[in-house]
Amino acid sequence: MENPENVIEVRNLEINFHTYAGEVKAIRDVSFDLRKGETLAIVGESGSGKSVTTRSLMGLLAPNAEIKKGSIMFHGDDIIKKSEKEMQHIRGKDIAMIFQDPMTSLDPTMRIGMQIAEPLMKHKGLKKKEAIAQALEMLKLVGITNPEGRINDYPYQFSGGMRQRIVIAIALVCYPEVLIADEPTTALDVTIQAQILDLMKDLQNRIDTSIIFITHDLGVVAGMADRVAVMYAGKIVEYGTVDEIFFNPQHPYTWGLLNSMPTLDTEGGSLSAIPGTPPDLLDPPVGDAFAARSDYAMKIDTQQEPPFFKVSDTHYAATWLLHPDAPKVTPPAEIVRRQQKFAAMQKPEAPIKSDTKE
Amino acid sequence: MRKYLLKRILYLFLTLFIVATATFFLMKLMPGTPLQNEAKLTASEKASILAQYGLDKPVWLQYITYIVGIFHGSLGLSFQFSDQAVSYLIGSRMGPSMQLGAQALVVGVIFGIILGAIGAIKKDTWADRLATILSILGIAVPSFVLAILFQYYVGLKLGWFPVAGWSGFAYTVLPTLALAASPLAETARFIRTDMVDVLSSDYIELAKAKGLSKFGIVYHHALRNSLIPMVTLIGPLAAALMTGSMVVENIFSVPGIGEQFVKSILVNDYPTIMGVTIFYSALLCVLLLLTDIVYGIIDPRIRLSGNGD
Ligand SMILES: Nc1ncnc2c1ncn2[C@@H]1O[C@H](COP(=O)(O)OP(=O)(O)OP(=O)(O)O)[C@@H](O)[C@H]1O
Ligand SMILES: [Mg+2]
Repeated sequence: MENPENVIEVRNLEINFHTYAGEVKAIRDVSFDLRKGETLAIVGESGSGKSVTTRSLMGLLAPNAEIKKGSIMFHGDDIIKKSEKEMQHIRGKDIAMIFQDPMTSLDPTMRIGMQIAEPLMKHKGLKKKEAIAQALEMLKLVGITNPEGRINDYPYQFSGGMRQRIVIAIALVCYPEVLIADEPTTALDVTIQAQILDLMKDLQNRIDTSIIFITHDLGVVAGMADRVAVMYAGKIVEYGTVDEIFFNPQHPYTWGLLNSMPTLDTEGGSLSAIPGTPPDLLDPPVGDAFAARSDYAMKIDTQQEPPFFKVSDTHYAATWLLHPDAPKVTPPAEIVRRQQKFAAMQKPEAPIKSDTKE
Repeated sequence: MRKYLLKRILYLFLTLFIVATATFFLMKLMPGTPLQNEAKLTASEKASILAQYGLDKPVWLQYITYIVGIFHGSLGLSFQFSDQAVSYLIGSRMGPSMQLGAQALVVGVIFGIILGAIGAIKKDTWADRLATILSILGIAVPSFVLAILFQYYVGLKLGWFPVAGWSGFAYTVLPTLALAASPLAETARFIRTDMVDVLSSDYIELAKAKGLSKFGIVYHHALRNSLIPMVTLIGPLAAALMTGSMVVENIFSVPGIGEQFVKSILVNDYPTIMGVTIFYSALLCVLLLLTDIVYGIIDPRIRLSGNGD
């Protein structure tokens, strides 16, 4: 581990999928860290590679996937080099995962108590009875009312929100160091969403776990995450603290994402979707992959890939706009407003820009 | 639940009535009479025999007499076995047929599940392809062809099992195997398709994310979920077994209902043909009803009483 504060260090990860049409270059040189106890949000449009990235942490990639390059360090070992058997001891114990659709992610034919107990029996070697007893505790913890009466129920007897609580109970029952939540609230309605997010925050504090939170809904990120990584076309294009990404975004793609997000103070009309569609990953474009959809694209964006430019110690963005020689551009009005707010928050000086690579 | 059952039982009787009617008239359309093999009889002797069995009456009257008889619980008397009751005939021959059917079903379903599961787990490998070829063969080759092959090669050439007859377990082996091929193949195909679906479902993904081993995932999650819809297959499988058993019982000279049925058709023993048909139909209907009830019991999603056990 480069930094003892890190639980996971991903370096230069490249993942291809073999398909009949050719090689889909789904993850193209992704690096990031996950710190102890933090929540890292990964945001980006559909197909940007969020799920593939996190699945690689679990060793759960589709059979047609090939990891071309890179490393995923966890406890000083490279997860990529581990065998399936070794991964089975990590999954569900050290790194756990919550999926998007609670309606389908529970086994319809197994009592929920047993489903929560299963990881305990597998990883802690508990007998069924002890495991069920702990499962009961877990049910209480995730806020199922009358847990004693419901531990023997089947999934169909629960609502979507309740099922997601059960899925969370399964994920957290072994107190994993890392919890990966792949759009855990997308399938739920808004009030339930908020409850589930609160629950995750609460449990994170109690059992001290790091969370990777995947979403394409920036609105959810603000209250949830400590840091944010923005993904586009298989790359991370910008990352920083929540405040930095929300109030001082640098990459035109991040601008686009924020612009398409409804906020309380957006005046009518300023909400706009990003035009165009993401590039074909069978044949990714040269340079900045977002250039084709960007109003701020320069010639170099179509010729050479931008390196990460440092915005602050915690904030980096891969866009040529940050190059000292780049012309000064004015971001969309909404972003300017945000940046003004950020400047006010920071008080004395505006963020320092430099061309240092990471 | 009770209302549902009552409705189903009502339908069952309606079905049997239609089957009885259809069989009755189809039988009348068959060429020949019950007396065609009795060349020595004079015309008047024939007439008196026909009158004795009511066969001289108009067909509609015969039909009504028969249906009324059924409602009184009588399937009539056999022509060929000097006035034995058909119900007695069926009863006395039920044992071997049921034993063969049950053995074939158990063997077929168990090995079918194994073959299907291997196909699904090893999808798109040589093992899967072999399993697929085996199940296609099992479906395509009729049981009587298998019966003859087994009889000749395993029975006669290798001499491992008796060629025909019915006096001990060894005699059941070859007919059971011949009969088991079709349910085995059907089951394998069904389980494979079903399990491929199940294995790509979200809850299997979650099971993987729990760190369960491949075996654990298949054993604790995939198998149960693929087996539940299997229950719906038992009815059709049993039906296939019944038809299969008619010829297979004949080939191996098993004294079962199927063998009797074929003989009866050859001599136009109307009451026996009718009786066996109605018996088989009733058996099948009851099996299908039981299947639905069992399905409700083992699948918690459609279990009719809301809670746990
Ligand atoms: N098994 C696979 N075979 C081929 N391509 C794949 C496979 N799995 C993912 N991909 C491709 O990899 C890219 C990234 O997919 P991924 O599922 O990570 O996107 P995502 O960011 O999670 O999107 P979403 O928000 O829709 O979940 C997509 O272009 C997708 O088509
Ligand atoms: Mg995804």
